[in-house]
Amino acid sequence: MAIFKKKRKKEEKGEDLWERCKACQEVILRVELERNLRVCPRCGFHFPLPARKRLGFTVDEGSFQELDGDLSPTDPLRFKDTKRYPERLREAQEKTGLRDAFIYGTGLIEGQPAVVGAFEFSFLGGSLGSVVGEKVTRAIEEARKRRLGLVIFSCSGGARMQEGILSLVQMAKTSAALARLRKEGLPYLSILTDPTTGGVTASFGMLGDIIIAEPGALIGFAGPRVIKETIGEELPKGFQRAEYLLEHGLVDLVVERKEMRKVIAKLLDLLYH
Amino acid sequence: MLRHYLEFERPLMELEREYEELRRFASPADPKVASRLKKLEAKIIKLRQEIFSRLTPWQRTQLARHIERPHALDYIGLILTDFVELHGDRAFRDDPAVVAGLGKLEGETVVVVGQQKGRDIYELHRRNFGMPHPEGYRKALRVMELGARFSKPIITLVDTPGAYPGVGAEERGQAEAIARNLREMASMEVPIVAAVIGEGGSGGALAIAVADRILMLQYAIFSVISPEGCAAILWRSREKAPQAAEALRLTAEDLKELGVVDEIVPEPLGGAHRDHRGAAMALKEALIRHLEELKRMTPEERLEARYEKFRRMGVFLEGTSEDGKEG
Ligand SMILES: [Zn+2]
Repeated sequence: MAIFKKKRKKEEKGEDLWERCKACQEVILRVELERNLRVCPRCGFHFPLPARKRLGFTVDEGSFQELDGDLSPTDPLRFKDTKRYPERLREAQEKTGLRDAFIYGTGLIEGQPAVVGAFEFSFLGGSLGSVVGEKVTRAIEEARKRRLGLVIFSCSGGARMQEGILSLVQMAKTSAALARLRKEGLPYLSILTDPTTGGVTASFGMLGDIIIAEPGALIGFAGPRVIKETIGEELPKGFQRAEYLLEHGLVDLVVERKEMRKVIAKLLDLLYH
Repeated sequence: MLRHYLEFERPLMELEREYEELRRFASPADPKVASRLKKLEAKIIKLRQEIFSRLTPWQRTQLARHIERPHALDYIGLILTDFVELHGDRAFRDDPAVVAGLGKLEGETVVVVGQQKGRDIYELHRRNFGMPHPEGYRKALRVMELGARFSKPIITLVDTPGAYPGVGAEERGQAEAIARNLREMASMEVPIVAAVIGEGGSGGALAIAVADRILMLQYAIFSVISPEGCAAILWRSREKAPQAAEALRLTAEDLKELGVVDEIVPEPLGGAHRDHRGAAMALKEALIRHLEELKRMTPEERLEARYEKFRRMGVFLEGTSEDGKEG
C-alpha cells in the first residue's frame, strides 16, 4: 500500500517522465533520453542498458531469434548469507523479467548475420553463474555450428559468489569454447560496457578478436575499491575507464552507442568477406 | 625448531614441545625417557587425529595458508630432479610470484609452473605473497608453450590468494593475461596436470589450472573469492569469514563432489606443513599415475576430454530437468 502511494505521488509530480543524468546532473525528459539510446544529450554519459533494450538497439527489427531462453538457475551449494540464494534469484527475476543475467540468439546487424548476446546488469550485477556461463558457451558453440560471427555485450561485476567454484570454472568453460571458435576463422567481437570487471573481463571479455568499449565504461579485473584498499593510494585520473584502456593498448576501439551498430556491422562485413 | 601453531593446533603445542625437548636433551637409552617418549607420541597422534578429523572450512582455510606449508619450490625440490628455473615474460619483467621451469620427474622431462609464496618477511614481499602480476601469467604461458612445442607434459602448482589487484597490474592487462591463459591451456596438445597445493584463489588460480586432471591436496582450498572478501560483500563484515568459508564450499571434498577436482591427495597426519617430504611423495605418486594415464591417450583424445571436462561444469535447470552436474 505504501509503495503504491509513493508511486502515485511520483506520477503526480511527473517524476517518472524525467530522469537525472548521474554524470552532469541534468534532468532529461525520458522520451528524449530513449530517443538518444539512453545517452545524455548534454554530456554524453552512457546510461546502463537492460539486455533486451541493448539487443533492440543493435539487431535489425524482427530479426532476433532468442535461443536457450528456458535455462534457469538453481542453488547447487544451498548458499545462504544474510538471505538465501533462491530468494535473491526470485527477486532478480521479478525485477528484470529474465531468468538469469544473459540472453542471446541469432539476428542481423545492419544485414550482417551473427550470434548476439547481452548481459543484464540489474540481474545480480550481471554475475557469471552456471546459467550465464552455459549460455555464453552455447552462444559460442552456436556461432561455430552456424558459421557465424559472435557479438557479446558484456556488463558484469564478475563471478557469482553464491555459486562458488561452479561460477569460477565458467571462465575456463567459455574460454575453452572460444579457443575452438578461433580455429574456425569466425570473428568474435567483444563489446565491453559499463561496468565489466572480474571473471567476465578475465575470460571472454578480453578474448575478442576485436574488443570495443563504450565511452566512459569501467573495465578491469579488480574493482577500483579493492585496488585502492590494497595499495592505499589514490587511483590515477580516468583509471580503468574505456579511454584509459585504449591509451594502454588493451582495447581496439571506443565507440559511442549511436555508432555501435554501424561499427559492428562494418567490422563483421570486413571480416566475413 | 620454533613452530607456528594455529589456534586449533594449540592443544598439541605442549605435548610436542615436551616430546622434542626430551628427544633432543635426554638419553634415549634411559628406559624412563623411552617410555615417556612412546606415551607422548601416542598421545600426539591421537590428538592430531582428533583435531584433524573435525576441521571446519575456516580452519582448513588457515591450514591452506599456513606459513610453514610446503610451497611450489619446496615441492619442486622434493619431486623433481635437474630443475632449471626459467625467468621472465620477454616483454616486461620477471615476476617472482610465479616460478616456471624444466625438470625431470622420475627421469622424464616435464614443464612445471607454480605460484610461489614466501616464508620470511623478505621473501613474502619479494614474491608479493604469491599474487602474480600479468607478466607472471605471461611467463607461465611462455614456459608452458615451450613445453607444448617440445612435447613435454605440464605440471602446475596452484597456490595464490589471487591475481594482484594493483594499478600496474591493471594497466598491463591482468584480465587479458588470465583470459589468454585459460584459452591457450584449453588447446595445448601435451598432458596437463594441475595440483592445488595450498590456496586456490579465484581467477588468479584458475589461470594456471585448466588441465586434464585437477588434483587437490587434502587441506588445500579452491574458491571463487576469499572467505574474507565474500564476507565483506555479502555479510558486510570481514568478521563473518568463517561463515563465508562454510557457505562457499571450498574444501577438497566439496570440490570433488562438485565435479571440479579429480582426486584428493592425502596429507600426512597433522597437515603438509608437518611433513613436507611426506606430502611431496604423495603428490609425486599421484602426478606420475595421472601423467601415465594421460600419455596413453592421443592428443586429440586428450583435447576432447579436457574440453568435455570443463564443458560439463555448472548446475542449472533446463525445461524442467536439472542438468550439468557431474555424477
Ligand atoms: Zn549528462
